[in-house]
Amino acid sequence: MAEMDTSSSGGHKKGPGVKKGKKLSTRIDLTPMVDLGFLLITFFMFTTTLAKPKTMEINMPYKDPNMKIEEQNKIKNSVALTILLSKNHRVYYYEGIGDDPTHAPELKATHFAAKNGIRDEIIAKQKSVEDLKRSGALTAKDFATILIKPDTTSTYSDLVNILDEMNINDVKVYAIIDISDIEQGFIKATEEANPGGGK
Amino acid sequence: MTAMCDVAFLLLTFFMLATKFKPEEPVVVKTPSSISEIPLPDKDIMLLTVDTKGRIFFAIDNGKMRASLIDDVNSEKSLNLTPEEKKAFSLDASIGIPFNQLKSYLASTPDQKKVMETNAPGIPVDTSVLSPNNELATWIKSARNTNPQLRICIKADGDASYPNVQKIIKTLEGWHLFKFNLITNLKAVPPGTAAFAAKNEKKG
Repeated sequence: MAEMDTSSSGGHKKGPGVKKGKKLSTRIDLTPMVDLGFLLITFFMFTTTLAKPKTMEINMPYKDPNMKIEEQNKIKNSVALTILLSKNHRVYYYEGIGDDPTHAPELKATHFAAKNGIRDEIIAKQKSVEDLKRSGALTAKDFATILIKPDTTSTYSDLVNILDEMNINDVKVYAIIDISDIEQGFIKATEEANPGGGK
Repeated sequence: MTAMCDVAFLLLTFFMLATKFKPEEPVVVKTPSSISEIPLPDKDIMLLTVDTKGRIFFAIDNGKMRASLIDDVNSEKSLNLTPEEKKAFSLDASIGIPFNQLKSYLASTPDQKKVMETNAPGIPVDTSVLSPNNELATWIKSARNTNPQLRICIKADGDASYPNVQKIIKTLEGWHLFKFNLITNLKAVPPGTAAFAAKNEKKG
């Protein structure tokens, strides 16, 4: 900072008997001001929200209690993959929509992971649908369809994670559906069969 | 010292200009992460907060709207609120109190309110909009009447159990609201996936 030269350098020599004026320093102690400055910085740093929260947009399918059954879209068994969410962030899945009462679907247990988790299964499903399209078994209008059924013991983070997997893997068609009692039974049976739980 | 002083005040100026105060939150909520990058809209938000225990708090951002909302709710549920109590509502950030306690809550002092807020049972909700216990349905309906442009944002804790969130979704579906936002934290897109490829394509 610019400082004033207060020392009496050079100039004329005052004669004897001439009283020297008392020199006061023009320097101010800045420490309290800096303290205050940092205090305010800390305050603003703690109260500020720099990162805006992000949102995930979801569109639930249009539902009307008066809708006729014939108007509803039927999903082909070959494009569907049903994912069940259960407690302790466990994930169960099976191929198809599981509407055949004579054949219980075969539940497989897995978990959320980048490798060897549910993501690989989703990618595998997408691939098999693409293959079926190429072979002519499915039309161009068919997409791999994921049915998400969270059970009562699952948490909100499971739901967000699985929806996130849909975005990550670019799944075009997916739906959140209420779990049926039969499927709750499947989970229970699978849980009893392998207590380790897909890990 | 001078240089440090300069830096301190430069930073201070930056934070003062860049700051936007955190909105008052009724409960601490740790949202799960997703790769979604859509920012939360600045205005016209209806925020439904769900904490770990599944308590639901309802908030809308605009003070004026809150005033007309409470008028609407007051007449619908015949709560007999005084103008002072209505004013208290329009100043309050969020509500997690059932209708039968709302009057006494709004009439209480700020300190009492804080205690009530921490012990609040949350807004009662049910799977059907027609259920008389579904008070959230009334709040949503009145809020949508006041401002049809309101966006619905659900801010739920990752540990909140699914049935609690499911009830909210069912209620929204009951009012034919099929589009809403879930507030999440941002996480990095995992490499080698379809979303990662799409993101890189956009950049390049």
